[in-house]
Amino acid sequence: MTPDPTNARPRARAADASGWNWLLAVPIVIPLITLFYNRETPRLFGFPAFYWMQLGFVLIGVISTTIVYQMTKRKD
Amino acid sequence: MAPELSDHVVEMTIFVALFVLVSGMGFVAARWRRAESMHHLDEWGLGGRNFGTWITWFLLGGDLYTAYTFVAVPALVFSAGAMGFFAVPYTILIYPMAFLVLVRMWSVSYTHGYVTPADFVRGRFGSPTLALLVALTGIVATMPYIALQLVGIEAVLKAMGVNGHLPIIVAFLILAVYTYNSGLRAPALIAFVKDSLIYFVIIVAVVVIPYKLGGWDVIFGSAEQALSATNPKTGAPRGSILLNANNQLQYVTLALGSALALFLYPHSLTSVLAAKNRDTIKRNMSALPAYSFLLGLIALLGYMALAASKEYGVAPIVTDGKTDGNTIVPVLFDKMFPDWMAGVAFAAIGIGALVPAAIMSIAAANLFSRNIYKEYLKRDATPRQEATASKIASLVVKIGAVACILFLDPQFAIDLQLIGGVLILQTLPAIAIGLYTRWFHPWALICGLVAGLAVGIGMLYQIPNPNNGKMHFGGSAYKLSEIGFDSEKQIYVGFVAVIANLLVAIIVTAVLRRTSAPAMTDDATSPEDYFADRAEDSPPPAAATEPAGVVGP
Repeated sequence: MTPDPTNARPRARAADASGWNWLLAVPIVIPLITLFYNRETPRLFGFPAFYWMQLGFVLIGVISTTIVYQMTKRKD
Repeated sequence: MAPELSDHVVEMTIFVALFVLVSGMGFVAARWRRAESMHHLDEWGLGGRNFGTWITWFLLGGDLYTAYTFVAVPALVFSAGAMGFFAVPYTILIYPMAFLVLVRMWSVSYTHGYVTPADFVRGRFGSPTLALLVALTGIVATMPYIALQLVGIEAVLKAMGVNGHLPIIVAFLILAVYTYNSGLRAPALIAFVKDSLIYFVIIVAVVVIPYKLGGWDVIFGSAEQALSATNPKTGAPRGSILLNANNQLQYVTLALGSALALFLYPHSLTSVLAAKNRDTIKRNMSALPAYSFLLGLIALLGYMALAASKEYGVAPIVTDGKTDGNTIVPVLFDKMFPDWMAGVAFAAIGIGALVPAAIMSIAAANLFSRNIYKEYLKRDATPRQEATASKIASLVVKIGAVACILFLDPQFAIDLQLIGGVLILQTLPAIAIGLYTRWFHPWALICGLVAGLAVGIGMLYQIPNPNNGKMHFGGSAYKLSEIGFDSEKQIYVGFVAVIANLLVAIIVTAVLRRTSAPAMTDDATSPEDYFADRAEDSPPPAAATEPAGVVGP
């Protein structure tokens, strides 16, 4: 229960630090830039770009979090 | 013309039948995944901290996407257009943002037996005053949110021609009794029914209604036309299907601010802490956006209502001369669906109110029992007494919510919820940033919290709403011209308030560190606590006094 204090800190730090985590920034930043999607064309199935693009961002979010989860999973 | 109950017998029958079914489930839930004893907060308030991926998905989905969301978001799209779609970016960026933060919260809470966010703050910063302020902010922000779930049920009842408050009193009474009895297990079990119904209704709606109206082209076309009509109260167009130059900043700051606030709400953390292990939470951060997609489609119901207004007579219900915008989605379902399907849809919204109301009342009750009752009133309370205090507090909270609707204007609850979102955001430095660093001095966090609350409420007070003639608390979009900028651009109040909060916390910490302020008390948590995970198949922690089977990273 009580880990050796001398190596607890570096081990802990490594536990959730990963380069893959940067991928999480993509679905956070994209929906915040209205310049990308605040437009009417191109339309898709009758949806203005504003609507289908933002619904499409949901997919970007799912893909990014799934990749990060799979790549940083604790190897047993 | 107001709807009549005699025309809605089929709808009412289905609504009541499904309502009775889930009430039964609420009582049976006490025996579901049964624990040895319900007289422990981990069992009553967190379902044994043992929910797997699927249950957590339904529970969090049922918790975060409330009945009020389902009626209010399309109502906003109906009245203002693109602005109402902020709910989509909001619920997209929340999950990648919370991905790493929530697993840390889960681990440290699991290791130390924390039940509420204020428990964590108490342990991390060693300041009962800061913890009390965080707990009070949480309770104040949650209460009106519970009351709003009643507004959701009332919107459905109005569409069926039922007016008056008696039905919601009965509904909340039943809800209060089975929540008292079964704790978090009740909403967890009911969430399966709620979410299945909602997915079914919305999938049918986005196929059937556009087909009847002539396709999405027609829907967006008529919406654009309807929104371009001049609003007599402001002299400007009602809205637009795209954002304009002035509301883009409001759109993104509202999405970002709301996302930052969502997991600070005590009820969100209740559902997160009920998860079995870290992987359960991470998987849910990938799977919950399914609800965000659904919410996007629900938002578009607002445009369908605009497109259906001429041919099908879809319009918000007016009672006693007051227009209730929240009735637009129930009315749309009523006019566009066959009777039985409308009944299912109404039940989906009605049950959709019960799940979050139960979880919110449990979360508020836990804040009371852990951070007020045990901290200030009865320091030597046993786990059993603590659980009992929570159960009783959950009843009081629900009675308070009903009283708020009965004796005050429902508009008051809507205003309070608007304020609540801004208030809860002010706990960000202590909770979310506190999970990463202890650099802030607890006194500085208190100053920051108070400053953020003052700035937020002060700004909200200055915002009028020309549509209903209110002078104050008319919305959350603050004109930059009010603070001297030469611009008509608008920004979300919560966002400004939390920046003020952070600035004060940083400055006061820096000052205290340079002067001879008393050293901070000990941190009850240690770095590895934030990565602790439950070992495979270890028993629920409440079974032991110490959390069982914690494994290192």
